[in-house]
Amino acid sequence: MGKTKTPKAEAPLSDAASEAPSEGSTDKKNVASDRPLNLIGKPFRRVDGRAKVTGQTKFADDLHFPRTVHMKLVRSTVPHAEIVSIDTTEAAGMPGVLGFLTGDDMPNTFGILPVSQDEHALCVGKVRFVGDPVVAVAALTEDQAHEAALKVKVEYNDLTTIASVEQAASTPEPRIHDYGDTGNIHKQVSMSFGDLDAGFAEADEIFEDIYYFEGNTHLPMEQHASIAFTEDDGRVTIYSSTQTPHYLHRSLAKVLELPASRIRVIACPNGGGFGGKSDPFNHEICAAKMALKLGRPVKIALTREEVFYCHRGRHPVLMKTRTGFKKDGRMTAQHLQTALDGGAYGSYGVASTYYTGALQTVTYDLPKYRFDSIRAFTNKPPCGPKRGHGTPQPRAAFETHLDKAAHRLGIDPADIRLNNLVPPDSVTANYLKVGSIGLGDCIEAVVKGSGWRERYGKLPEGRGLGLACGSYLCGAGLPIYWNFMPQSGVQIKLDRSGGVAVFCGETEIGQGSDSVLAACVAEILGIDLQDIRLCVADTDLTPVDLGSYSSRVTLMVGNAAVQAAERAREIIAKAAGEKLDVPPSRLAFSEHRVFDIEDDERSMSFVEAVQAAEAKFGTLGTTGSYIPPRSPGRYRGAGVGPSPAYSYSAAVVEVEVDPQTGIYQVEHVWMAHDVGKCINPALVMGQIEGSVYMGLGEAMMEEQVFRRLPKKRSNALVHKHPSLLEYKSPTFHEMPPVTSYIIEDPDPNGPFGAKEVGQGPLLPMPPAVANAIFDAVGVRVDQVPIGPHHVLEALERKAKGKEGRVGPNKFPDYDFGVPLNVPTVAEGGDGKATNQETAGVRKGIGTMKDREEAVGKGGQ
Amino acid sequence: MLRLPSFQLVRAESVDDAARALANESDTRIVAGGTDLWPNMKRRHQKASTVVSLANVAELRGVKDTGGEIRIGAMTTLTDIHDSELVLAEQPAVARAVRSISSPVLRNMGTIGGNLCLDTRCTYYNQNEEWRQSINYCMKEQGETCWVAPNSPRCWAISASDSAPALCAIGARVRLVSTDGERTIPLPELYHDDGIDYLAKRPDEILVEVIVPKAGVAKTSFWKLRRRASIDFAVLTVAPAITVDASNTVTDAHIYMGAVGSFPIRVHESEKALLGKPFDAETIAEAARVARKDGTPLNNTDFIPQWRSRMIERYMEAALREAAGLEVDRLAPRHGFGE
Repeated sequence: MGKTKTPKAEAPLSDAASEAPSEGSTDKKNVASDRPLNLIGKPFRRVDGRAKVTGQTKFADDLHFPRTVHMKLVRSTVPHAEIVSIDTTEAAGMPGVLGFLTGDDMPNTFGILPVSQDEHALCVGKVRFVGDPVVAVAALTEDQAHEAALKVKVEYNDLTTIASVEQAASTPEPRIHDYGDTGNIHKQVSMSFGDLDAGFAEADEIFEDIYYFEGNTHLPMEQHASIAFTEDDGRVTIYSSTQTPHYLHRSLAKVLELPASRIRVIACPNGGGFGGKSDPFNHEICAAKMALKLGRPVKIALTREEVFYCHRGRHPVLMKTRTGFKKDGRMTAQHLQTALDGGAYGSYGVASTYYTGALQTVTYDLPKYRFDSIRAFTNKPPCGPKRGHGTPQPRAAFETHLDKAAHRLGIDPADIRLNNLVPPDSVTANYLKVGSIGLGDCIEAVVKGSGWRERYGKLPEGRGLGLACGSYLCGAGLPIYWNFMPQSGVQIKLDRSGGVAVFCGETEIGQGSDSVLAACVAEILGIDLQDIRLCVADTDLTPVDLGSYSSRVTLMVGNAAVQAAERAREIIAKAAGEKLDVPPSRLAFSEHRVFDIEDDERSMSFVEAVQAAEAKFGTLGTTGSYIPPRSPGRYRGAGVGPSPAYSYSAAVVEVEVDPQTGIYQVEHVWMAHDVGKCINPALVMGQIEGSVYMGLGEAMMEEQVFRRLPKKRSNALVHKHPSLLEYKSPTFHEMPPVTSYIIEDPDPNGPFGAKEVGQGPLLPMPPAVANAIFDAVGVRVDQVPIGPHHVLEALERKAKGKEGRVGPNKFPDYDFGVPLNVPTVAEGGDGKATNQETAGVRKGIGTMKDREEAVGKGGQ
Repeated sequence: MLRLPSFQLVRAESVDDAARALANESDTRIVAGGTDLWPNMKRRHQKASTVVSLANVAELRGVKDTGGEIRIGAMTTLTDIHDSELVLAEQPAVARAVRSISSPVLRNMGTIGGNLCLDTRCTYYNQNEEWRQSINYCMKEQGETCWVAPNSPRCWAISASDSAPALCAIGARVRLVSTDGERTIPLPELYHDDGIDYLAKRPDEILVEVIVPKAGVAKTSFWKLRRRASIDFAVLTVAPAITVDASNTVTDAHIYMGAVGSFPIRVHESEKALLGKPFDAETIAEAARVARKDGTPLNNTDFIPQWRSRMIERYMEAALREAAGLEVDRLAPRHGFGE
């Protein structure tokens, strides 16, 4: 068990019924009262826990309807080619086969981002990676569909295989897509915040490091599955393991050419998502189309290999970080360059590209900051968002860079971080508004817990400690497509039974979002979790929530739920107040009762109060919604990075390294996370430990890598190991003991002050492991994953008198274009670029006017 | 999920039953625990029109003490072997090797016969049908080229059995039965140095029994290298059995390595370096230094071959030191064994 630390003042529940503002914190609307909380902040059993452990939960693959048929996808066996012909003749004669779909049946494109509508449900004209789906086959049984799929013949005309960022940059033709910034470069970004030269001129020392973060994938235990069926009048319903039913809904409408009102998407509980089920997928659209074609329920359950092909995981990123330091460790300027291998489709890639730079500024003060990036198309499964979306790579580069700088400057790595912290309630060089920041407390907690001050640098050869930090969003400030509507909505229905039904589009992916939603409502209405019936993630029945991504659910759904529940409480309080002859503002809701806080004899049960309200007002229902506050950035690209709040984490990792083999073992992890305010500490701990586990996998072994066969003999470019056996992820044996510290620095924008915990604690893990290896044996491995062979190679280089380092040595000389010039606040900037017109303007991402309008209306 | 193709399953009730089925049908395979064959058939790189299951053949299960020897039925599960007091007392290195195989659930299904006959493995081969189609298959199955070494005339798939090197080192034998009769051969003779034709057993022969000598004077150990401490196949195993005389001079040495070739490799160079010398740290260091001349790690399993090649020396030294009763100062035991 970890420990809970509460360094700041208690942040109790707001009590909207009491109108009195709390002293000196008028902006802290959600942390305003001293009334003790009943439920929030105490460990409680998750609302879906019993169903999950007893097997009652219905995942998508558990669903079966009468007359269900099974579908398989025939996937490309070549990395890059034109489709010459598709022959289904032999397959059509196989037993049980009912029908086929090809790209011609679904000509409309789709994609998660409006600027990257580059996918077809089935390939049209060409294929772009081994695993790209070409034909869908339906048959009576899964066996029959599989056998038939193996008999479909597709003839290809091979095109040049593009296997890497370097090759994409040097091979503009043939283009993998006919859109993008140039050739096979999907996206180029260059932005400069403040006078960088002046910043570097102020520095006493300038350090530069190059770092590589290999790609890796989500590895959810549940493989994606969907089942679709039609109902009368051309309506189609699909149950799917998706994190984003709303976006799937939009894509289905576009590709099926049906009004969205005739499509119903229900997201089943996900058996793990981690970002891998955040895109609308080919198999989902094909299932719906096949159901419409056959008039029977159509089911598809992907194989593990296919999950590796769906991917959308961590981008491989090469990075160069150049930072100016004063002698005391203060940073004067930073220039970060990143190059992303995007794979074959856009996915979230444009956002991922910006995210490799956006959040570098929210932990330590960087007065001047420049960020350049490119994302290339290659003939591999598309990369996208994985836990930490685009930020763990530059974070690993930054935190190892900082560790080296601390050593060069003779400063303790903990102190160099503590001395550079971003102040609370400030605006960064790139115009991100930081509210609460508990990072200092996080660092202090793990430093104390690990015995850092006594042990760092002093352990015997082979033993070492490493420290690293991180930060993450609590939801993206802007929605994925431009609109002025809420990012999250909640409806509450109450009636004379006393039961409370809560409707919300949020999606449970194992993170505990159902429990957060129920707890926010239960807390405010003073009832038990068991009295709440949830109806979630159903586009027919629930108000829109954008989905379980970008760590947005606790903050956004939580705020919407709080608003809906407070409105319900207000209605009930009016009726109950009348009955009890007490002003509504004096009523409290707790333990299933509504009572006068000045005379608790004057009370009634919650059920009686609801009945009084139903009698007074008629049928009862309330809504709540949430739109993030507007962010100060006004430059192109300012849409990626803003968030209502940022979470913070710090970790110390202890390793033991065998210098004879390079084999190392992580012995202990101390992880502190600033979650603002715990909704449920048990779930917070679970998320911290889960992030430690996943981050450890990325640090030590996980890699989504590919084999290019000898070019003279083959064009092949295949996933090296699309299997759970050969894609290495840690087992119980590799998982060390974890001591978790929950730091509570309530944020005024969070419900009850809460911030995210689902992704943030992953970020410090890879750099903390690398820094610990350095402390243990004095070598640097500037890439992840860190294999024992890397450690041994670095040790041998060091023994030969060379630099004790393994990692990339060169960052290629890419053209990032003219940087967008944005003066910082300190320089008198207003958030706008001074050269909007001359800096490389690119098509497709909306005009500044659109953006300003959208941003301007946010938070109203 | 991946689906099995259709085939005829024969559930034999006795060895005779199974031998007859194998003699009468063509294109047959034997299934014991199924932990190797079923995934391979789902991925369509092993095929059969008839599969003869030994699951119901009770006579093939169990560990028996026959006085001078231990007889292990081929269908004895790996769990039952490493839990056997007899095996643990007489041949602890064999128990350790068996305990290191995959994970507890797999060991509950997997059998010793199956582990000894395990199909050779390669990252270009253990893939599904569509994946192999994308590389135009490989020499081991349907294709022309060995993608590990494209100019090679032979297949370099790896022998991944953990029990094989341990049992080879201590002089185990196996009994093979067919309708033509039976034969008992030393275990090393069961294997060929070829990734495709890796077994000397004919398709109609059934491996029914492993005959394990009781502990003699030989000093043994077993070391295994892999990425994770469970589940993974080995990328290197080292199994020495060393006999010394009263003056601690090595009089006999049998050392086998697994997972660095298509069969369990006898490490002649290391044996030569030990014979006639004192079994001490210095001799062991020399024996370890020359070990890698006998192994050929290639780029067809986990980790880069260069590092695996380097590890041969480290692991040989560790295994021999442990056999000699010398201190072994390594992380690897915790890293390598699911003990």
